[in-house]
Amino acid sequence: MKKRPLLTGLLLALVVVCVSCSSPDPSEQTLENKGSDTIVNLALAWAEFYQLEYPDVRISVTGGGSGTGIAALINDTVDIANASRQIKIEEIEKAQSNGIDPIEFVIARDAIAVIVNPENPVSELTLQQISDIYSGKITNWNQVGGDDRPIVRLSRETNSGTHVYFLENVLRLGDKKSKTLFSRNTLLLPSSEGIIVEVRQNPNAIGYDGLGYVPSDLKMIGIAVEAGGEYVLPSIETVNDATYPIARDLYMYTAGEPTGIVKIYLEWIITSDEAQGIVGDLGFVPIK
Amino acid sequence: MDKDLNWREFIITRAIKASGYSAIVFVALIFIFLLREGLPTLGEVDLSTLFSVRWYPIEDYFGILPLITGSLIVTLGAALVAIPFGIGTAVYISEIAPRAVREVLKPLVELLGGLPSVVLGFLGILVLSPWLRTTFDLPTGLTAFTGSLLLAAIAVPTIVSVAEDALDTVPRSYREAAWAIGATHWQTIWRVTLPAARSGVMTGIMLGIGRAIGETMAVMMVTGNAPVMAIRPGSLFEPARTMTATIAAEMGEVASGSVHYHTLFFIGIVLFLISLAVNVAASSVIFRSKKRSERILS
Repeated sequence: MKKRPLLTGLLLALVVVCVSCSSPDPSEQTLENKGSDTIVNLALAWAEFYQLEYPDVRISVTGGGSGTGIAALINDTVDIANASRQIKIEEIEKAQSNGIDPIEFVIARDAIAVIVNPENPVSELTLQQISDIYSGKITNWNQVGGDDRPIVRLSRETNSGTHVYFLENVLRLGDKKSKTLFSRNTLLLPSSEGIIVEVRQNPNAIGYDGLGYVPSDLKMIGIAVEAGGEYVLPSIETVNDATYPIARDLYMYTAGEPTGIVKIYLEWIITSDEAQGIVGDLGFVPIK
Repeated sequence: MDKDLNWREFIITRAIKASGYSAIVFVALIFIFLLREGLPTLGEVDLSTLFSVRWYPIEDYFGILPLITGSLIVTLGAALVAIPFGIGTAVYISEIAPRAVREVLKPLVELLGGLPSVVLGFLGILVLSPWLRTTFDLPTGLTAFTGSLLLAAIAVPTIVSVAEDALDTVPRSYREAAWAIGATHWQTIWRVTLPAARSGVMTGIMLGIGRAIGETMAVMMVTGNAPVMAIRPGSLFEPARTMTATIAAEMGEVASGSVHYHTLFFIGIVLFLISLAVNVAASSVIFRSKKRSERILS
């Protein structure tokens, strides 16, 4: 999903594969891990770290999207599926008809930061205002207390899980029946990097991106759930105490209650300081 | 010995023939594949939806008009920039520049043609688009025109290279005849040399435009990809979404066999037909001009 991390992810995958294939050990345990592109870097970092500590475990990690991972789990070709969204009811039904009972684990959290150019005097918005900006009801920064400038809306492409999350939880404010859409002149940029480059040089722009991808020279917007409420900036603390409203859980799914190496690995991911430290290093929000 | 030669001759002729036909076979196979994957769209999506103005595939809005107009406006902008610039450069290299300059200039222009479009895209996003935004006081520099300029940079080397070759083959006697009756240098170029090289210059333009309309990466990086209807004159300076960028951005994660997947292939068919129309139009122009010149000479 995110172009540059994907590339480093692929390189890492190569490293992981090479590290593990150099030691053909009969006692070796293997673990297949597949799914979300948002999580792929994190999963690779974990796999790499874990294999350094336990050389007899071989973990192969691939991306492809949350849907791909869950489909592989349903077809019983992976041990762990990564997903940046919760499994859908149809997917659970399909899995159960295959005799598989998907078990869900929250492995990290991801905050989505709304960003503007540092020259922009606006630093606080309500969810409703952000929704109105992106749906095209608000078209000038002076309508939300800024300068008299047109608003240039930036978004990720429609195939991005982040785009879908933003549509459902910000644009539609979590209302499942809402039919609100992105304003047609919303710029759909193919990468996180594209959004950051444009926001950096354009004082008219507003964009959104995963917290870990926002560089320090851009301004993050404090967000309030309702007008008059408290405006909260995204950070590890505000995500974990649930005061920052645009944050999502990241998941891993297993086929049935995990056993053996899958269970040990998942416990390591969820409870160990090293694994959750890696989460923070990569710009996601640790769960503990 | 003789028999051996005949045998070799046979193989070689057949091999050449096969490679000639293979081009046709491949185009036909590609087109059949496009039709097979794209035509189901017509059964799955209402025509009124397909030719509507909203493209938002994850909510089943499959209006392809914004994408078609987006591609057209970006390509039109590129043609407006690339044609005068390309022909001007070709004329300068072939007719005006001193020999030494010409020896350097032509390889340099052709080198520009070898520049990967991603590199141009990066220049576009980091240099060109901020410059356009501040210079023309636009809301954003990611516009159709930014894409046009990059496409022009991609098309110009092709146009220059082919057009310059064509100008070069115009016999010297034509120019000398023009000078002999008192034509100025400019009059000779505009009235004699260029018309004489017309079909080669047209071929260069069509090849250049052909490269431009199919170009994806650079365009995807700088046009902003907003699926708006680009039908007003001001649309050139607003974001636009092209057909190629749509296919490239969305094909990666679309479920194979879904309505969205078929629609992306349908866009491919439309793109193919547009390229075909451009080529047919170009060759008919070239064909007609050839016939006229043959008539005059006979």
